[in-house]
Amino acid sequence: MFFKKKDRGIREAGWDRTLITGVVGMVYFAPVFWIILNAFKTRQDGLATPPKLFFTPSMDNFFNVFYRITDAGDHVATGMGLYFFNSIFAAGAGVLLALVIGTLAAYGFSRYPLRGNDTYLFVILTTRMLPPIVVIIPIFLMFRVTGLSGSYIGIILLYAMFNLAFSVWMMKSFFDELSTDVEDAARLDGINEIKVFFKICIPQLTAGLAATAVFALILTWNEFLFALLLTGNDTRTVPVAMARAMGGQLGVDYGLLSAIITLFLIPVFVVTYMLQNHLLRGVTFGTVKK
Amino acid sequence: MSNIISSALRGQFRQTNEVEKQQSTTQQTGKVQMNAFYKWLLDPKRRGALLVTPAVLLLFVMNIFPLMWSFGLSFFHFKASSMKPPRFAGFYYYEKVLADPVVWDRFQTTAAIVSLSVLTQLVIGSALALLFAKKFPLRREILMMILTPMMLSFVAVGVFFKLFYEPTFGIISQAYMYFSGETMTLLATKWGAIAGIVIADAWMWSPFVMLLVLAGLVSVPDYLYEAADVDRATPWERFKTVTFPYVKGLLLLAVLFRTIETFKLFDIVYIITAGGPGTSTETIAVYVYRMAFQFFKTSQSSALSYILLFVVIVLTNLYLYFVNQRNEGAS
Repeated sequence: MFFKKKDRGIREAGWDRTLITGVVGMVYFAPVFWIILNAFKTRQDGLATPPKLFFTPSMDNFFNVFYRITDAGDHVATGMGLYFFNSIFAAGAGVLLALVIGTLAAYGFSRYPLRGNDTYLFVILTTRMLPPIVVIIPIFLMFRVTGLSGSYIGIILLYAMFNLAFSVWMMKSFFDELSTDVEDAARLDGINEIKVFFKICIPQLTAGLAATAVFALILTWNEFLFALLLTGNDTRTVPVAMARAMGGQLGVDYGLLSAIITLFLIPVFVVTYMLQNHLLRGVTFGTVKK
Repeated sequence: MSNIISSALRGQFRQTNEVEKQQSTTQQTGKVQMNAFYKWLLDPKRRGALLVTPAVLLLFVMNIFPLMWSFGLSFFHFKASSMKPPRFAGFYYYEKVLADPVVWDRFQTTAAIVSLSVLTQLVIGSALALLFAKKFPLRREILMMILTPMMLSFVAVGVFFKLFYEPTFGIISQAYMYFSGETMTLLATKWGAIAGIVIADAWMWSPFVMLLVLAGLVSVPDYLYEAADVDRATPWERFKTVTFPYVKGLLLLAVLFRTIETFKLFDIVYIITAGGPGTSTETIAVYVYRMAFQFFKTSQSSALSYILLFVVIVLTNLYLYFVNQRNEGAS
């Protein structure tokens, strides 16, 4: 939206503006850059005072993320690989479920408004706006009773719920923008409703669907509190593992932590770049489009 | 919810009556029953409800039902760590929570963090938006650097800043040391720790305010600027009469949205200060967490949760009111 050739009201500025914003951008980005730099430092370089800006990069930290060398010289997996898998798996499955259910619901809300449509939408949004700590207490108790605590099913269902409000609101905003003319024409031609949905609506919304999915994936990928309380040793996700590495007894290995964060950030960078045009809609749950 | 269920039951009843009639005339009862059921289910009148049902069901099971359960618990004496059966307590815990000076203290801490953080975000976000409201080479790439923090995990941001504030090795502490010659122990005092949290949160979320303000800025029609130039308006007048009306609504939405989000701030506080020093940066979310999962005061934390829930519902309602107002204005 910010990058269309003929933006209203957007005036031209030259390279001087590039220079100013470039410096501002670099200052703003510096914390992230510093962490990435840290990940490539050896322990000595990392703890040097004054801090070193130039050094010989080392991949040791990245190796240490996944393997630990015992006194006997064996390589032992640290479990971090599993945590990365858990993060991807739980987020992926949860988002997929939320997206399927959410898209159907959004289509319903947009095309066949119920009595009290706005009330339903409000309740759905509220479930997302609630402080997670409010939601987690009863769910914690419920999971303890049903034995879902620490299982994949539990965390996936939870993430599906977590993303449902977002999917519904995002997809509804996309459906609302879609002109109904084509659909109505198809209906007049006697095409059945299921085909209208799958062959006419969905193909027009692939970009929107992708944006919603990717956005939800990132939000879930970053999620901490639910994972902290409801995952076990085998289902722990990366943010929880990161927080635990922070609270280590033997002093924190900042190089290692930086390496974990750097790996953790890669999908975030890729996605932010891809999503730039949908970012505004995404961060406001589809309530602000332009 | 009750609408859907009751209409479903009514429809089902009507349908079974029909089926009973059909049973006398045909032998293929099972098949007819299924067909009738599908016909009932796929009736155009029910299409909206049908599409929405799975979503409502999931939300009910995973969110609304647990919330109602904890609402019930807040009226009983109950500890998640003990096996004793719950005993009825009435409004005891609500009275206890509302009369507790500690709770009000935590609300004040939260309010201080929310107001400082949202204000900082507003100033920085608006400034950034003004910078980016022009077209210039490499705009997309530079914007990317500004927008990234917003997409990071709270935990990662918390870890970053905890690292920067670290008294001996932290980059911010070292810079401070270089200029003042003293060791910086930012997180050792109450207001220092609050500043530490606010800086991290504002750094992360200023881009959000920027995005909204930017959307307002680029929506100002060019001819208004031209008209202002013709009228020889001063830059301030031009801002006041041309630019600001287009940004106003979005600015309000940004403030409300950020207030709701900062109100529930947990992860950053948990990582950077863990509520310390002492309990001086314990936000209300961290306090509920402690109460529920360290002291296992389940009923009391449920009661407090419900008070939070009420606050958030009011704020969300307000937010949606302004969203609707803006959408009506646009169309």
